[in-house]
Amino acid sequence: MLRPVCPLGSIPRGEAYRWAIDPPVAIFHTDDGEVFAVDDTCTHQDASLADGWLEGCEVECPLHASRFDLRTGQVDAPPAKKPIRTHRVEVIDGVVHVALADVEAGRV
Amino acid sequence: MLKIAIVGAALAGFAAARALRRQGFAGEIVAIGAERHLPYDRPPLSKGFLTGACSVPELALADPDEDLDVRWRLGAAAARLDPGNRRIVLDDGEEIRADGVIVATGARARRLPDADGLAGVHTLRTLDDAITLRAALGRGGRLVVIGAGFIGAEVASSARSLGLEVTVVEALPAPLAGPLGAEMGAVCARLHDDHGVRLRTGVPVARLVGTARAEAVELADGTRLPADLVLAGIGARPNVEWLAGSGLAISGGVVTDESGATSLPAVVATGDCAMSFNRHAGRAIRVEHWTHAFEQPATAVATLLAGGGRHPPGRPAVPYFWSDQYGVRIQFAGHREDGDTVRIVEGDTEQRSFVAVYERDGRPVAVLGMNQSKIFTRWRRQLSAPGPVPSAAS
Repeated sequence: MLRPVCPLGSIPRGEAYRWAIDPPVAIFHTDDGEVFAVDDTCTHQDASLADGWLEGCEVECPLHASRFDLRTGQVDAPPAKKPIRTHRVEVIDGVVHVALADVEAGRV
Repeated sequence: MLKIAIVGAALAGFAAARALRRQGFAGEIVAIGAERHLPYDRPPLSKGFLTGACSVPELALADPDEDLDVRWRLGAAAARLDPGNRRIVLDDGEEIRADGVIVATGARARRLPDADGLAGVHTLRTLDDAITLRAALGRGGRLVVIGAGFIGAEVASSARSLGLEVTVVEALPAPLAGPLGAEMGAVCARLHDDHGVRLRTGVPVARLVGTARAEAVELADGTRLPADLVLAGIGARPNVEWLAGSGLAISGGVVTDESGATSLPAVVATGDCAMSFNRHAGRAIRVEHWTHAFEQPATAVATLLAGGGRHPPGRPAVPYFWSDQYGVRIQFAGHREDGDTVRIVEGDTEQRSFVAVYERDGRPVAVLGMNQSKIFTRWRRQLSAPGPVPSAAS
């Protein structure tokens, strides 16, 4: 079920918004204008990916530099081992809507 | 090279094994580990593992789907390295010969001189240490932590969250002055008082009081701190004694160049045991940070696989470490020296949320963050790839 979260205009390109639900979700607005939503907590240790470094469609955790592909949630660089969940995003009338995945992240 | 031996099966040894396979080495790898456990991660041992938030299986370093095809020879320490032929002799007598050797034997916790035989006195380095300490903390009571470094501070924080009464004793007048400088060290040390942990600085420990069991810690000024439990976080010593007679240059660690090459051909050293030349510091240093043990082995492996050819080290990584204490995240990157100026560029130390930049000759050389991962990370990137100075906005 799609839930409205925030106006797209409130997330500058190259930035992220941390949706403080439990568990928290990070919404990224890439330089190319795409929007992705993933679990905010790095699967390696307790760090917020919304604080991380966004490059293309990849986010790098600010704590130990684990990298995740925002499109699939898969780990691109260790030390993280487990992927993060991705959530479906739609921008409707300039508002970012997210449908939370309710399954555990699987391996590709 | 057909067979490579990695001496050490913790973070650096594991990272070396992974790097060997990633760099295309298809030969035999044997990894020798003194501990009985497959490679595991140490940082949670002073944090979530002590509080019960994290369990043993979560510490494992290997990805369950990753098969490095390594023979893990665990529970045996290397006792000798023969200089001429790279033959390693283990403490149980087994001999392992290899075409190349990666020395990654790490470091061990320094112990208090008069602690032998006294129950209730702990150090924290290994998983076995942490299991013992966790059980002891579960019995509650009064904990005295000797040493206000990062291990001591994190254990104090974990113990406090478990309801123990905690006192931290630091011989130096300024805690964390070595890594952070006196001013920022003092700011971080205020976290203890914020959370009901007593901190005494500038007074060394004179002795431990107790017969079969530690009952108190006596300070040089005569103060006696009653204790049910004592944790010594007083630093680490590199595990290099086993290399005596090997022909390797040893000086506060295994001496290597910037790329991990030692004085012996086909032998490299990496991680906590290596005393490596560092061009930022302008001298050899021994780095005990997790990220160093995680990243540097790839360079040492490249050096080993390149054979005799000099392997250019590439851009040296900017040192980085973090500490989680009392729910506060402290992060530090770069090289700080006495004489560097420090200024707050974001936030407020009183709010325990800030970024401080250290400068030398007008250039940023190090950055400290407290609960400011995002801004800290921007400054940290600035240190490795100088460009426009990050703005505080956005």
